[in-house]
Amino acid sequence: MAGTIAFRTGSASSGAAGRPAITEPAPVRWALIGVSLSFLGLFLLIPLAGVFVEAFRKGAGAFFAALRDPAALAAVKLTLLVAAIAVPVNCVFGLAASWAIAKFNFVGKNLLITLIDLPFAVSPVISGLIYILVYGLHGWLGPFLSAHDIEIIFAVPGIVLATLFVTFPFVAREVIPLMQVQGNDDEEAAITLGAGGLQTFFRVTLPNVKWAVLYGVILCNARAMGEFGAVSVVSGHIRGKTSTMPLHVEILYNEYNFVAAFAVASLLALLALATLALKSFVEWRSRRPFAEAPDAAVLEDLSHEH
Amino acid sequence: MRLRIKQPSVLPGFGLTLGFTLLYLSAIVLIPLAALFLKSAGMGWSSFWATVTSPRVVAAYKLSFGAAAIGALINAVFGFVVAWSLVRYSFPGKRIVDAMVDLPFALPTAVSGIALTTLYSRNGWIGQYLEPLGIQAAFSPLGVTIALTFIGLPFVVRTLQPALEDLDPDMEEAAASLGASRWRTLRRVILPTVLPSLLTGFALAFARALGEYGSVVFISGNMPMRTEIAPLLIVAKLEQYDYAGATAIAVVMLLISFAILLAINVIQWVASRHRIGG
Repeated sequence: MAGTIAFRTGSASSGAAGRPAITEPAPVRWALIGVSLSFLGLFLLIPLAGVFVEAFRKGAGAFFAALRDPAALAAVKLTLLVAAIAVPVNCVFGLAASWAIAKFNFVGKNLLITLIDLPFAVSPVISGLIYILVYGLHGWLGPFLSAHDIEIIFAVPGIVLATLFVTFPFVAREVIPLMQVQGNDDEEAAITLGAGGLQTFFRVTLPNVKWAVLYGVILCNARAMGEFGAVSVVSGHIRGKTSTMPLHVEILYNEYNFVAAFAVASLLALLALATLALKSFVEWRSRRPFAEAPDAAVLEDLSHEH
Repeated sequence: MRLRIKQPSVLPGFGLTLGFTLLYLSAIVLIPLAALFLKSAGMGWSSFWATVTSPRVVAAYKLSFGAAAIGALINAVFGFVVAWSLVRYSFPGKRIVDAMVDLPFALPTAVSGIALTTLYSRNGWIGQYLEPLGIQAAFSPLGVTIALTFIGLPFVVRTLQPALEDLDPDMEEAAASLGASRWRTLRRVILPTVLPSLLTGFALAFARALGEYGSVVFISGNMPMRTEIAPLLIVAKLEQYDYAGATAIAVVMLLISFAILLAINVIQWVASRHRIGG
């Protein structure tokens, strides 16, 4: 349901500036800004600050000791591994789906777009549950898997599958609309000039959508590293083995080891801040209109090669 | 005449990319979701009904719906003020504030969960001021509402911002020159125009809050009949190896989510028809 974080390429100008008839008197203005900042301060800033204050409650020594704990390191490693699988796979899927949907007209296209968005409408807990029903001991493939000694549920493959599910739409939903707006003219020109399919994709299409891809990858990565509900259901919570960072935070918190819990949580909070910064940067870059119009130069290039 | 599935094109790769898309979509999304519905179909109507109408499940649904609705309502009101301030006014630090609105999307839910619990517990930064007033925030339905407000915060702001940016200033100027006060212009000109976006934002925040798990489990205290939300009950059933029970609760939640999704699409469709019609 992260449907609303999408590219906002429109200009931010309101047009109301300098038109006194359609703005509010200064006291009203400042009151509204004050209400906004208080609301955001109460709900966003204080919880965020709380994470770091709690992490350092017993000093920097306790903080770093908590991060050096072998179980914490194992959780960091597992989180990086899961993201390193889920993000590239969903990126390749997103690009393939965008190519098929944006460049061709076929029956059932709108249904396909709706189905790609489906994982956002599913509760994280249900996202884990469905994999238990397929791969769990009493699931469809359970007897086969246990006969062949393959562990999926309560093991790393299950965590990867659940993460693939919850991060499924991120890249596709950013790239599809942009490719649709850009149309087929550039690609058709490249093919007509004799470029191959892959060459066209990598030299014409990909440069045109690179910011949208990057935007989707940033959001996909944040969710892949931070997912809790879906992963929690399929992980089995084996400390040092099937605990990702968010799950490790839960284990520590439930053991009343608050400093360690918040120390690991503060790493995830830093990841969130980095995500927001990168996201704003990409929004700012992609808003610069036709910054580096690649088409003309690349097309000329291609025509020379043949 | 031959039925054409696909219009002809000079571009290559249609079969490959669509084939991969459908294969991957089926493996990751469609087949596992189908397993959920088949599993619930296999348990029989009477036991399905008995599960989803048992008092503990009904109490969980009520809490999930009530807290999600209140959270979405708070977000609709304050989200409007925030979006308005960000679009119409300039103030120091506005860009950072704008970027921060997405924090609930970016912050892992387990982190927001333990942070909110610590803040609102009896000796927390905020909880210590609520305690003398006789208000227990953490481990109560109020705590659940706070967490669900946090998690839905970006939706209303992010759906309203583009709508407010697109408002035609001439309309407001016309209203002002015809003698309408600012308040009246807001009610009669601005609100009707951005209402579809406001409703969409509300519905998205509500839907997200209904399914939320991570940020709620810590602050709710998970007391059956009192602070147990529906997703938590699914986990509880799973821990008792009651797969059929977990599936039944999940199917009801999923159908409700799909209904909300449909409602959002209807809102958008009606709104776009209005724009074209006049």
